Amino acid sequence: MTAKRLPTDWKSDVMRKRIARRYAAERRFKLAGLFAVLLSAAFLAFLLFTMLGNGLRGFTRTEIAVKVDFPASPLLLDPNAITDQSLANANLPMVTGEVVKRALGPNAEEWVSPTAWTVLRDKIKADPKILSRTETISLPASTAVDLAAKSNGSPEAEATVTQLNKAGLLSTGINWNFLSASDGTDPTQVGIWGAFKGSLLTMLVTLALSFPIGVATALYLEEYARKNWLTDIIEVSINNLAAVPSIIFGLLGLSIFLNFLHLPRSAALVGGMTLALMTMPVIVIAGRNAIKSVPPSIRDAALGIGASPVQVVFHHVLPLALPGILTGTIIGMARALGETAPLLMIGMRAFIATPPGGITDPATVLPVQIFLWSDEVSKGFVEKTSAAIIVLLVFLLAMNGLAIYLRNKFEKRW
Amino acid sequence: MMHEPQTLVPATETKMTARDVKVFYGDKQAIKGVSIDVDMDNVTAFIGPSGCGKSTFLRTLNRMNDTVASARVEGTITLDGENIYAPTMDVVQLRARVGMVFQKPNPFPKSIYENIAYGPRIHGLAHGKADLDVIVEKSLRRAGLWDEVKDRLQDSGTALSGGQQQRLCIGRAIAVEPEVILMDEPCSALDPIATAKIEELIHELRGRYAIVIVTHNMQQAARVSQRTAFFHLGELVEYGVTSDIFTNPRQERTKDYITGRYG
Repeated sequence: MTAKRLPTDWKSDVMRKRIARRYAAERRFKLAGLFAVLLSAAFLAFLLFTMLGNGLRGFTRTEIAVKVDFPASPLLLDPNAITDQSLANANLPMVTGEVVKRALGPNAEEWVSPTAWTVLRDKIKADPKILSRTETISLPASTAVDLAAKSNGSPEAEATVTQLNKAGLLSTGINWNFLSASDGTDPTQVGIWGAFKGSLLTMLVTLALSFPIGVATALYLEEYARKNWLTDIIEVSINNLAAVPSIIFGLLGLSIFLNFLHLPRSAALVGGMTLALMTMPVIVIAGRNAIKSVPPSIRDAALGIGASPVQVVFHHVLPLALPGILTGTIIGMARALGETAPLLMIGMRAFIATPPGGITDPATVLPVQIFLWSDEVSKGFVEKTSAAIIVLLVFLLAMNGLAIYLRNKFEKRW
Repeated sequence: MMHEPQTLVPATETKMTARDVKVFYGDKQAIKGVSIDVDMDNVTAFIGPSGCGKSTFLRTLNRMNDTVASARVEGTITLDGENIYAPTMDVVQLRARVGMVFQKPNPFPKSIYENIAYGPRIHGLAHGKADLDVIVEKSLRRAGLWDEVKDRLQDSGTALSGGQQQRLCIGRAIAVEPEVILMDEPCSALDPIATAKIEELIHELRGRYAIVIVTHNMQQAARVSQRTAFFHLGELVEYGVTSDIFTNPRQERTKDYITGRYG
């Protein structure tokens, strides 16, 4: 009944068509992949381009050269007795306004930043003899003038800039203030240092809590816990915890850490603890996978020469699992660094104008600072927001770089 | 009659004894009442077809089956007359006294030196660096590896060839001065030349340690052992002097196996 099978004709038309179809499918798949890569690269390039374009201006400021005739100014200071107290009593903001008016004209008080007096204060403090001479000092321009000088501002400000430029009084300097100051009301006076330090402290608290607890949990579940319904429930809970929206963790932090434990509001301590809750499941899951992937033969080898279970874990399993655990920690920490929502719930969106001195001081963090500045009305905050994003990205890159370095250092092949 | 200890061989000094040992994996019984004596001066080989329980039984001798959650062992096994399954027995010390070499070479991903030094270090056998150096050299010499690796002790143990790795694992086992060495198909992943070296090594180690070797290679059993135990379906079918087992088996099943009827 069975027909005699002929030898396969690999050169027939049907076969040729099949080959052509296979090649076409390969090509389509390759092109689709290439397209996807190019698309994401283009998005990334666009993002970086806009961020750098807007943000780099945030690191610079426009300065106006003002000729200050100290002896003629309404400044009542004894050059031989300059103290912080006497400087504070000298009403420098008013004096600065007067000085600028005399040098540049009656409207000129509006041209300099409300923080320009701090420049005078620092100059006097550095060299009290300056009070007996006339000195040209570069004062930071006001937001309106700064904007007009950098891009386009209001017509009046543009006119001012044209006039100052003609006199050769305008210059651009690096805004060190942005790297050393904290939040403020005027865009020319704000800085990122407070938020940066807040982020740093928060991350330290998060890492100090989530890494040891996460690794210990992963080790216990993998190495010691018996497989029963209880560990099954724990496993499912941890996996679900990793997928819970972050704002829920914020509410949890609010009700437990603030309302129940009465820890300080808006502090890096509470922020770090809340983010640790969120980061821990990620570390546990990555840690368990890393521990699972340590070959059982290594455990056997160690047990076979009489290593105790604890020695097996700490001498062999953990060192071999560490690169994988670190990868999980990087992912968790990167997510925590960029997190805003849970921190809003525990009060870290407050206006905080001094950098935190410790983990219990009121603080804000970079992403929250970005969120707050992006909400501001003044146009000067646009470039500050972008500049803050650049700082956040640099922080993130530095953190990841460190983690990758550590991972490669501990990586061993077998 | 299976439950009677088969001390048909004039034993020298009995090192380990097993009496009516049963091993269960969950509901499944893997070993069905095995009684056997392992003596000091002879190499004992366990042979049998795949899945006959020879490796499982070997692993009960240093309680490696404890790591399998579903495994349960019944019966008594003694080391120098002491029941190793007694609650007072320290498993960690037992495994130092009864060392093990595994089927696949499994050196630690550390240096050759560290591979050997690890055991003496955790058991506090060495007093100072110089003493440890002596132990490492002695162990590597006994494992027949010293001349090949003495100039690169800091290289990774995993960079050695398969046969060298297995000899490193033997050296690692003897570095803690065990009394018994269990070898679970130590040559199954090696080429014939490396296998010959391991077999030669077993000859040299004989007498210093009680050696039990599991093998599925009957020629190997004939070459390296003086006592052979034939396992089949979880039972110890026959145990005796190796030459008798191979030339004059008394059980029908042994005869069928060694003549290649199954296995």
